[in-house]
Amino acid sequence: MSEEITITIDDRQIKTRRGEKLLWAALENDIYIPHLCAIKEEKRPNASCRLCFVEIEGVSRPVTACSREVEEGMAVKTRTPRVDRLVKTGFELLLSDHNLNCRECPANRNCALQVIAKKRRLKLKHNRFKPIEREYELDQSPAEFAFDRSRCVLCGQCIWADRVEAEVGAIGFTNRGIDRVVTTFNNLPLADSICTECKLCVEACPVGALYYKEGQKA
Amino acid sequence: MQLMEGEREEILACVKEVLGENSKTNENLIPILQQVQAKLGYLPALAMEKIAEGLDAPAADVYGIATFYNQFRLNPPGKHEVRVCLGTACYMAGGNITLESFERRMEIKEGETTPDRHYSLDRVACVGCCSLAPVVVVDEEVEGKATPTRVDGIMLALEEDRENTGKQESEEGEKSGQN
Repeated sequence: MSEEITITIDDRQIKTRRGEKLLWAALENDIYIPHLCAIKEEKRPNASCRLCFVEIEGVSRPVTACSREVEEGMAVKTRTPRVDRLVKTGFELLLSDHNLNCRECPANRNCALQVIAKKRRLKLKHNRFKPIEREYELDQSPAEFAFDRSRCVLCGQCIWADRVEAEVGAIGFTNRGIDRVVTTFNNLPLADSICTECKLCVEACPVGALYYKEGQKA
Repeated sequence: MQLMEGEREEILACVKEVLGENSKTNENLIPILQQVQAKLGYLPALAMEKIAEGLDAPAADVYGIATFYNQFRLNPPGKHEVRVCLGTACYMAGGNITLESFERRMEIKEGETTPDRHYSLDRVACVGCCSLAPVVVVDEEVEGKATPTRVDGIMLALEEDRENTGKQESEEGEKSGQN
């Protein structure tokens, strides 16, 4: 049923299936495109992290690779001045609301932001966009893990794990704009919510926001 | 927020009625929330939980929607509703400082209600009289040039009413105690 088609990414011909999203077609062929919020199984991607931009020949503007389906003969460029600029700005905006104390972060050296920074030669520093000083809630209520919102990038991977993998529905996005956070119903600590502490969300977190407490990781 | 006597039953009956009038699909979540809020004046946590149950959706999602839109309030309106304008003109004239003074005096944050439900504090974006900036709307009264000093004056009048209500209530309590 899945019809094979050929597309070109960065002058390389690759074979993929019709209906596949550009991002996954590229990643499967070892062509790197930065991404945080993309979930392969998700039918309608959020496309909210704004990092997976690519340019397609014949399309006037850069598009997000996670939401674009492949088409026969499509010619894609993952690095163009316009793409790099968008990714750089998107990345800087994410960092502007991110606790950059990497040395004390449990995800140090195992962090999606560090990977993106390395691959795209971006700096893990606040420069253009000064962070807004605000208080972040640290939830240490679960027995084995904790949730530090100062490190959350709002990618939604934990929510997907919670809903689809664990089928619990304990956490979701709350509030709007700069106040947006992942939290439980009525903003309760995780241990007081319907959370089963299955830890699938901790496994899903690409950064150090949801992390195992010391000595808890098997 | 602590529910008052009989409020629990009122909320449950209201949600049941609204859910009965609407088909239970996710598309109807916002209309359902609107109707419940129109009846109760706000969206209590209990109501959101029951709506989530009715729609077979995670309560966290209902909470997410209710906190996303400005039109929904999660705290009951107080006896006196204070709205501080943070439109462009009022903001430039120090509306945020006015808001902070109210927050300090009422010991609540913007969007909240005092535990005795005497005050609720909200921010609005322009009430249409920018020349009086910074503007505060106390119940239906528009107060212009509401600097922190004026906040003290407004609070003085409101506090007096609060004390009187307290007295009345304790008197009533005594009376009913005697009977």
